[in-house]
Amino acid sequence: MANMSLEKVKMREQDPIVRARNFDEVTLGYSAEEAVEEATRCLGCKNSPCVSGCPVGVKIPNFIQKLVSGDFSGAIDTINETNALPAVCGRVCPQESQCESKCVRGIKGEPVAIGRLERFAADWARENRKSAQAVAAKSNGIKVAVVGGGPAGLTCAGDLVSMGYDVTLFEAFHVAGGVLVYGIPEFRLPKAIVRHEIETLERRGMKIVTNFIVGRTMTIDEMFADGFKAVFVGSGAGLPRFMGIPGESLSGVYSANEFLTRINLMGAYRSETDTPLKKVKKVAVVGGGNVAMDAARCALRVGAEKVYIVYRRGMDEMPARVEEIHHAEQEGVEFKLLHNPVEILADERGAVRGAVLAEMELGEPDESGRRSPVDSGRRTEIELDCVIMALGTSPNPLIASTTDSLSTNRRGCLEVDDDLMTSRPGVFAGGDTVTGAATVILAMGAGKRAAEAMDRYIKSL
Amino acid sequence: MFRIAEKKDLAEGLTLMRVEAPNVARRAAAGQFIIFRVDDEGERVPLTIADANREKGLITIIFQQVGASTMKLGALNVGDCIRDFAGPLGRASELDDFKRVCVIGGGCGCAIAYPQAKYLHSRGAEVDIIAGFRTKELVFFEDEMKAVSSNYYLMTDDGSAGEHGLVTNKLTELIESGRQYDAVIAIGPVPMMKFVCLATKPHGIKTIVSLNPIMVDGTGMCGACRVTVGGKTRFACVDGPDFDGHEVDFDELIRRNVIYREEEAAARDHVCNLRKEAEHLG
Repeated sequence: MANMSLEKVKMREQDPIVRARNFDEVTLGYSAEEAVEEATRCLGCKNSPCVSGCPVGVKIPNFIQKLVSGDFSGAIDTINETNALPAVCGRVCPQESQCESKCVRGIKGEPVAIGRLERFAADWARENRKSAQAVAAKSNGIKVAVVGGGPAGLTCAGDLVSMGYDVTLFEAFHVAGGVLVYGIPEFRLPKAIVRHEIETLERRGMKIVTNFIVGRTMTIDEMFADGFKAVFVGSGAGLPRFMGIPGESLSGVYSANEFLTRINLMGAYRSETDTPLKKVKKVAVVGGGNVAMDAARCALRVGAEKVYIVYRRGMDEMPARVEEIHHAEQEGVEFKLLHNPVEILADERGAVRGAVLAEMELGEPDESGRRSPVDSGRRTEIELDCVIMALGTSPNPLIASTTDSLSTNRRGCLEVDDDLMTSRPGVFAGGDTVTGAATVILAMGAGKRAAEAMDRYIKSL
Repeated sequence: MFRIAEKKDLAEGLTLMRVEAPNVARRAAAGQFIIFRVDDEGERVPLTIADANREKGLITIIFQQVGASTMKLGALNVGDCIRDFAGPLGRASELDDFKRVCVIGGGCGCAIAYPQAKYLHSRGAEVDIIAGFRTKELVFFEDEMKAVSSNYYLMTDDGSAGEHGLVTNKLTELIESGRQYDAVIAIGPVPMMKFVCLATKPHGIKTIVSLNPIMVDGTGMCGACRVTVGGKTRFACVDGPDFDGHEVDFDELIRRNVIYREEEAAARDHVCNLRKEAEHLG
């Protein structure tokens, strides 16, 4: 008989007041007892609607039933059949709009906490069976290249390794991980976990070359000449957008990418590191997505006294996950909704001293279906010393501009067919570089599909 | 890891290194740069490529030991390794159309002006070089620059070597004496580039500058290196580092380049103190 509690087993969290000043993980995960208790809420539906909500098709009821019987090792093996990065997904996937949104238990009460259970299984494996797992896959000697070490590239590389390919992953930065290491902060996704997942892939045979900028260090054309039979491009959507308003180049105005990269990738909040970070007191983060929440919560943790989210629409229109908004509010981030900066003000030294905000009103729905913000004409001024632009990103044009016959759409995204192959035979692409900025799990789903298509393509040569 | 194959002190605080980086050397061209990270806690710092030897897989960098990271780099010796060394980054300079060029280097900027002059000279262009330094002790690459130019003019602020005066004095003198140039290439401190552009603008001489804003990733991701060029926001790392000098908002660049001045000073003092302690112990 299933556990018929209407609510998920609560996951312990650090106290909001304490955690807003440290970089330790906010949520603490389930204990074995809590995991088993939550697992018993799963009805094990035969048609498994949850699986259809998962971009990488994790066999959810199967792994949960293994947890129920205490077979934690079997649970992680089941997850790993389709998901190379479960400790990451269990933490950062928007389960509420994917697997959990399809859960039958969610019709009356809360759905099964699939994400938390996935995280538990992955964390258990990391802590309890370090040596046993990750045997190198048998190589077929066929060289394939993966460009970009983010979620799409890592997933694609992991699947290609499992199929026996000789996979080299090229990473522009000094460390692989992409948005998992430069974007998502330590307190949501500890970097040791990302490192562990990547090391597991390396032990299975994936080679990583860092400091290698495809398009500059080597072009894709040269990669084919070098013996690679197929190339997957997962170079992400890295180029930050700015608003184009006066004052945007003042000292104290950052893209969210820069602010987060200084903190997460370069560790600027730790005194041992050389990368500088200005002391900030009053911060406005412009935007309403997950990246905006991450930047706001990082600003608190590096010592800001006051942090605003400035968003031009209302709370209901905010694209960030409910959980992220909730965590930010708990930690003391103040939401200035229906406001939009029109000018950033300078002090006599050319640094930010404040911003002029337009008060907005909601008008008719736009093409996104959300009611569009309209300038009311009213203005307010706030005092600030830092403004962080979290307005979204566009794909990096480097690869398209240095590779023959790769077509892009008007937003600069690579165009692909149903098999995720670009206009250039043998070159596949997936993740944000195709879709524009989206989620980790969608990028992983694309990496997975591309790996299958690359396998078919190579076999057809 | 990237091994240092050669190290030379060119002048006070100015160091040349040749680094084993075959992947970078294979496609490096004049005008491009690398990003280095000294060690695991190091920051990512851009340096323009001063020379590349494809056969030997070597990249030459020249840097002034002005901040914590360049001082840490300067403390390494032949045989030591640099943690990370990524490149070539940025667009290569587009120099092929020019037949008569004046290349201007200011201080450490001469290290970057040199490969440009060398490339132009190798393509048969007529190259004049104006090299400016504060004082005699800081002069470097005199012979190298002479070898790749028709005329080499050395200027010092205090007159201790070459002629007394600024590079812009010499440039104006040459232009007014009737010297014709298709282009002027100016590389050096931002104020120098600004004044070179002011000098060439009335004569309508195309002027290319190589910008050196603050960068973090160097691949277009962070936007820290944004500069206003022709009224538009451009990223020096992917759209540059070369730009049409007559379009660049230099005053904004000067303001942005000192954003971390206080933090840099603190970090530099920290490294200096560590060195002093080490010397004391040694």
